Amino acid sequence: MALLDVKGLTIKFGGLTAVSEVDMEIGDNNLVGLIGPNGAGKTTLFNMLTGVYVPTSGKIEFSGERIDGTKTYDITSKKIARTFQNIRLFKDMTVLENVMTSLNYQSKTNLLDCILHTPKQIKEEREMEEKALNFLKIMKLDGKANELAKNLPYGEQRRLEIARALAAEPKLLLLDEPAAGMNPQETAELTEMIRWIKEEFKISVLLIEHDMKLVMNVCEYIYVLSFGEIIAKGEPESIQKNPKVIEAYLGKGA
Amino acid sequence: METLLQQIINGICQGSVYALIAIGYTMVYGIIKLINFAHCDIYMIGAYAGYFAVCTLRFGFTGTLLFAMAACAVLGVTIERIAYKPLRNSPKVTLFITTMGVELLLQNLIKTDFLAGPNTLAFPEIFALETYKFGDVIISNYQIISVLTTIVLSILLQLLVKKTKVGRAMRATSFDRDAAALMGINTNKVISITFAIGSALAGTAGVIVGLLYPKLTPAMGVMPGLKSFVAAVLGGIGVIPGAMVGGVLMGLIETLSKVYISSGFSDAISFSVLIIILLVKPTGLFGKNTREKV
Repeated sequence: MALLDVKGLTIKFGGLTAVSEVDMEIGDNNLVGLIGPNGAGKTTLFNMLTGVYVPTSGKIEFSGERIDGTKTYDITSKKIARTFQNIRLFKDMTVLENVMTSLNYQSKTNLLDCILHTPKQIKEEREMEEKALNFLKIMKLDGKANELAKNLPYGEQRRLEIARALAAEPKLLLLDEPAAGMNPQETAELTEMIRWIKEEFKISVLLIEHDMKLVMNVCEYIYVLSFGEIIAKGEPESIQKNPKVIEAYLGKGA
Repeated sequence: METLLQQIINGICQGSVYALIAIGYTMVYGIIKLINFAHCDIYMIGAYAGYFAVCTLRFGFTGTLLFAMAACAVLGVTIERIAYKPLRNSPKVTLFITTMGVELLLQNLIKTDFLAGPNTLAFPEIFALETYKFGDVIISNYQIISVLTTIVLSILLQLLVKKTKVGRAMRATSFDRDAAALMGINTNKVISITFAIGSALAGTAGVIVGLLYPKLTPAMGVMPGLKSFVAAVLGGIGVIPGAMVGGVLMGLIETLSKVYISSGFSDAISFSVLIIILLVKPTGLFGKNTREKV
């Protein structure tokens, strides 16, 4: 059984069909790429997977459970986490606090515990801190735990987003253009990191990326989206040679 | 000199009430960018709830305070769920007008004979008034209790916001609601909690005012509500410590201008603070420079 099973997923905004009849399967511990020209509907697809948009039709199954229409904030407890195309950290909070927000959904204390700072709350807070620090260490950010997120350089902000997503302990990690705006050196490091995360945490990763080198390098399987439809899928080598893909990217006659 | 000291003490007492109400304005603004004008009537209802707790339920001071806080918290959350939540994605003006509608509704509900009636009620003495003399300065136990209550609640709130998961969830939601939801934070719950806390503090203010100035009318919330709103803007709207400082400053400005300038002008002076702060430093004393997202 596939970890993520998407069937006939369609969303319409008024008269515009942004994503149409998409089928997609991701197995356990897979690294899958989602590519396509600008405006193809990649981020829209992500938004449906995470409950931000409710699909017009079709279904999304995750670990055998239907999740389309689930509230966004419940998606995390289903074990899906994501990062954003344009960084969306909580910029006025510290690096550590950013990661700790992802741990909230596992918390067992209630509001009264928090107001009165009961021993239970203090203990849990300490555990959350340790856990969050661990994830920072993995992303090599533990030295900056107490800095404000907005003061980090760009590449580190990207890594912090991944740390924050990982802290939710997902089975499926959605990365929306993690290499956007990175220099080649940073991109190479990121490539290694993604591969390592997949092996270390035994999770699946779905990656949207424009950096073809990164995608071809790291992904085991690739879906190509163009004008809301899957026009090709397969191993990186077959995608590179697929005439439909070349046409979508470069136009006819190229 | 003694007059000045005495008036500063009175001003701080008055200001602590403004601070408690201003925190509610600022918290709600911080989380959903809404000026909740019904907030001043939650404070009014807090005072009436206190009256009910003392006269009918025969509660002591702590019991009365907790009762008023709980009543206001429930009221605040109910208002948010029924009146504001369905409009969360509508234009700001719609929501804004709704808050005024709720304000009028609450005032007129309290005016009905079924609840409190239109007449002025006298808040009962929960415990005996005592005054202490320090030189020529007189402080009452009511004043001490009201300021202490405010300080304790402010510290608890500050700790809640800075040191707990609830506070983190609030700050995250306030910064980017969608991203917070995607990190598994139940944003609807966080917004409800924010209304509950803000309203509970307004309820506390209601009871404290009942102690200090024992006169309850259905429209009693309007003036303190407006001044607290000015206090929240003065401190920097959305910033909780700003609301605390702004509240105390407003209390001082009002009391001192009553004594040293003219009691007739004191309200005008209080409100001109709003105009001045908007001209000179629109983000308020503690405000961050934020650009409105386009």
